[in-house]
Amino acid sequence: MNEPLLEVTGLRKHFPIRGGFLRRRVGEIKAVDGVDLTVRRGETVALVGESGCGKSTTGRTILRLEEPTAGEVVFHHPGRGPVRLESADARMLRAVRPHLQMIFQDPFASLDSRMTVGSIIAEPLLINKAAAGRALKDHVAELLTLVGLRPEHANRYPHAFSGGQRQRIGIARAIALNPDLIVCDEAVSALDVSVQAQILNLLEELQRRLGLAYLFISHDLAAVEHIADRVVVMYVGRIVESGPVEQLYTAPKHPYTEALLAAVPQPDPRVRTRPKLLTGDVPSPANPPSGCYFHPRCPYAQPVCAAETPPVRQVGEDHRSACHFAGALPLAGAAAAVPPAQATS
Amino acid sequence: MRGTVTPRVTGPDRPPTEPENRTMSQSYAAEEGTPAAAPVEVPHGAGDAVLSIRDLEVEFPTQLGVVRALNGVTFDVPRGKVLGIVGESGCGKSVTARAILQIIEKPGRITGGSITLRSVGGETEITGLSPDSARMRELRGREIAMIFQEPMSSLNPVYTIGAQIAEAVLIHQTRNREEAHKRAVEMLRQVGMPHPEAAAASYPHQLSGGMRQRAMIAMALSCNPTVLIADEPTTALDVTTEAQILELIRNVRDRAGMSIMFITHSMGVVAQLCEEVIVMYLGRIVERGSVDDLFYDPKHPYTRALLRSIPRIGRNRKAPLEVIEGSVPDPHTRVAGCPFHPRCPEAIPGRCDTTVPALSTAGPGHTVHCHLYQGDDETGRTEPGEDA
Amino acid sequence: MTTTPPPPVTEPPAPSALADAGNGAATLPQWRLMLRRFLKNRLAVASSVVLVVLYVCAILAPFLSPNPYDQQNVDLKNASPTAVIWSGGPAICSREQQLDTETFTYEYRSDCSKPVPLRFFGKGYEYKLFGLIPTDRHLVTVDKPHTLLIWGADSAGRDVFARSMQGARVSLTIGLLGVAVGTFLGATIGTISGYFRGAVDTLLQRFIELLMSLPTLPLWLALAAILPQDMSVTSRYFLITLILSLVGWASLARQIRGKVMSYAASDYVAAARIAGSSSARIVFRHLIPNASSHIVATAMLAVPATIIAETSLSFLGVGMLPPAVSWGVLLSDAQNVATVQQYPWLLIPAALVVLAVTCFQLIGDGLRDAVDPYG
Repeated sequence: MNEPLLEVTGLRKHFPIRGGFLRRRVGEIKAVDGVDLTVRRGETVALVGESGCGKSTTGRTILRLEEPTAGEVVFHHPGRGPVRLESADARMLRAVRPHLQMIFQDPFASLDSRMTVGSIIAEPLLINKAAAGRALKDHVAELLTLVGLRPEHANRYPHAFSGGQRQRIGIARAIALNPDLIVCDEAVSALDVSVQAQILNLLEELQRRLGLAYLFISHDLAAVEHIADRVVVMYVGRIVESGPVEQLYTAPKHPYTEALLAAVPQPDPRVRTRPKLLTGDVPSPANPPSGCYFHPRCPYAQPVCAAETPPVRQVGEDHRSACHFAGALPLAGAAAAVPPAQATS
Repeated sequence: MRGTVTPRVTGPDRPPTEPENRTMSQSYAAEEGTPAAAPVEVPHGAGDAVLSIRDLEVEFPTQLGVVRALNGVTFDVPRGKVLGIVGESGCGKSVTARAILQIIEKPGRITGGSITLRSVGGETEITGLSPDSARMRELRGREIAMIFQEPMSSLNPVYTIGAQIAEAVLIHQTRNREEAHKRAVEMLRQVGMPHPEAAAASYPHQLSGGMRQRAMIAMALSCNPTVLIADEPTTALDVTTEAQILELIRNVRDRAGMSIMFITHSMGVVAQLCEEVIVMYLGRIVERGSVDDLFYDPKHPYTRALLRSIPRIGRNRKAPLEVIEGSVPDPHTRVAGCPFHPRCPEAIPGRCDTTVPALSTAGPGHTVHCHLYQGDDETGRTEPGEDA
Repeated sequence: MTTTPPPPVTEPPAPSALADAGNGAATLPQWRLMLRRFLKNRLAVASSVVLVVLYVCAILAPFLSPNPYDQQNVDLKNASPTAVIWSGGPAICSREQQLDTETFTYEYRSDCSKPVPLRFFGKGYEYKLFGLIPTDRHLVTVDKPHTLLIWGADSAGRDVFARSMQGARVSLTIGLLGVAVGTFLGATIGTISGYFRGAVDTLLQRFIELLMSLPTLPLWLALAAILPQDMSVTSRYFLITLILSLVGWASLARQIRGKVMSYAASDYVAAARIAGSSSARIVFRHLIPNASSHIVATAMLAVPATIIAETSLSFLGVGMLPPAVSWGVLLSDAQNVATVQQYPWLLIPAALVVLAVTCFQLIGDGLRDAVDPYG
């Protein structure tokens, strides 16, 4: 369980801002600005942050849906050993891709509406020549059953399914090639509240059965706490804190993590919190502030925060924080909600 | 809802709501607090409901058949409180809001029921007005204001924020352009816009999502409406921004005693913001009660299941979440009987699938539409045998 | 709070929401759903019927025409349409040409005392049906020496109906063919531009902008003027088609590029890439099938412009040239007001242009709405 599956070091993705008649580069958006993270075999690492923090771009760049600007992405292929994904050629990529899959946020946009559910799920199998003919049909039926749909659904088109069912189809496609890692990009955010739980449970069950590792990208801190083993918090393209979920939620070591946790509205009217509100907005990654990107909004900011980029410090076992005062600040974790009586049944 | 007695815990820093003392020209922003005069008289007498909706029905004829978006919805919006309307997609919460303003998208239309507004000008029966009539246009904005999930869709990209707020003021309040502009800047200041003058001079796309939502709220409040309808105003925002907007809405209620109808799908937002809650499912109300009743003594199986299925911080780690089986039905399918019965673990065969449950009272101000609470006795107060 | 129970409402039993909706719409492919939506648009369906009738007329032109389209007859100069009367069956009056010596125009005196009956499926001049089967049967004929002129005759005494039907062959096909070539060019270049982006895209887009910034009519005129006057009708037809499509593809490429770009950025394309699809597979399996309905709708909306372009060129005398016949050529005969005033039937080809263009427009709109009901 502890061997690393994916190691990302210093990953950067800068998007050029182009202008003028010949679309010359006039600036750049540092969407991902030096991200280090590790996913071990069979574990769930959550990547959290607010919109525009670069968490989705990180996921897409790891999978080479975007070309990385700099950095190293090492995938430990079960047969071939370590593979440098960021510089892999098309052939190598094709060989590695079956092991790295993705589940998307929008269950409506992620399925080609012109293909039947069966051919959507069969596509990765066909491309990688994993099965054909009768065996392919059986495999598709098996996958449909595994994600809680019925084999006869294979003949239908995606428009006949609800959002939750479509997400199941997307999951079936993702697990078709028996991958090692699935990047879940806001996989439950677009679903109805009552369906989110179904999909979260399904993801956990599949993890247990198939030994999957997840990179779970989400802005929903409650869902993340539920599913993740370790959490990585991003802010304006950089990682501000990472650590085991329990530690990070109960004793955050970065003021931004504290603010995020405090802002989550608790579904409990007897625990009405009025969080210390952050002022201002998330800065633009095209023009980030100096020093620590969080300093203009940070209630604990000191002059040093504006001047110097904070180093990443070890603040506990497997727990890191990029704050000048990591460990020295009296930060509060998530309020342990008094569970409403009925919910314990 | 005056009679509602609920053990609601109020934050220590929150003054009790005083509808009689509402003054409009106050700052809603938490960090500022320079109140000015100009109290507004609030009428009383016609009950304490600002809006009364009775048996409202809305239909959308589509190519695949008629979608009955609302199937007889009845509720009151209490004065000076935040009423939450919570439900999943297709439950009719947004349609309800749009019906009140008569801005239902074509070809949808109100096919039955009544909507009564009780404001300074007395009672108005909204369903009796033509959607394009002068009176209806006057009601929108002046009496009932609305803020939307995506402020960009309701802000005009070619005018400055200030000009748009001033326009609203010019339509409903003053004829003086300069005064209207001053009022616009003042409103922006009140909603906690960091640089109100600069914000007034900027175009919608120049502001961030949270700032646009503030501008939208400033515009909605600029004419001092009787009711504010907020349709998922924080859904598109990040948590830290959402917290800011929720705080702003709390302040609007507390300082101005505004009556607010807050539509959301987030149980967390409901718990943190609302005094009373309506739970909707598939075009019907399934339960209504104080926020405490709803979270600590939910009656309807749907409400109970919904509360159990949401992940909560600090609990249920790595244990499977309880789920509601199935999914919200396609809007074109008509469910006979109780709309929730196909997914309900406690459904009574022969009853729930044939008969729409009537209203039963579960406590003071707590009502539920469920056959489990409709014993043979006429009071309709039967508790279910097993309580959760 | 008191209980206010409305009488329990019993609704007619409806299928349970979770019961599967059967295999009705669920297994219908996307294009069948689009067809359904299209068929609900009555205007578009009616237009399709009208267009089909027009194309059938064009194909069966010689069968429908009682007279050859190119037969000149000085005795019928500018003759008005023949009136059809009833005399134990449909019949026409015999006519005689007389020169009005005061105005120097020909007048036609009808003599209905001896009606000439119309013969259906009778024999007439010889022609090849579908260009293959030699025959001399026609839908309607009259006995010689009488002449049936359904829409009158032009200044050379040629049958306007026959010429209009013959002209439809050129005008209606040149529109389709021109758009087909343009669509092929536009779709290819648009797909390349939209999928591969980068420098190729920038270059192509600047080129398209340049092309689109040129005023089309002078460009067409200049290109058409280069064509030698003495080439055969067929080669001229194809060259004119090419000229029309060379200018028309640019806007198509623009629109298709936009569509392809939005599809290429979609999650299902990302999913296909993660599954290991090659670019070719993504383009042919995902992008083109998804864009195809948009391409068809866009192309359909481009047909009217091409028809009008051909008509304009021919009208100005640089498109199709006599002896070839197209609606534009026919209209060039009706260029002066005096003619039009005296012989209004010469304007019938213009009415046909309007009819065809309107139909294409309505079908295009219908397709666009069917393809993208919320767009």
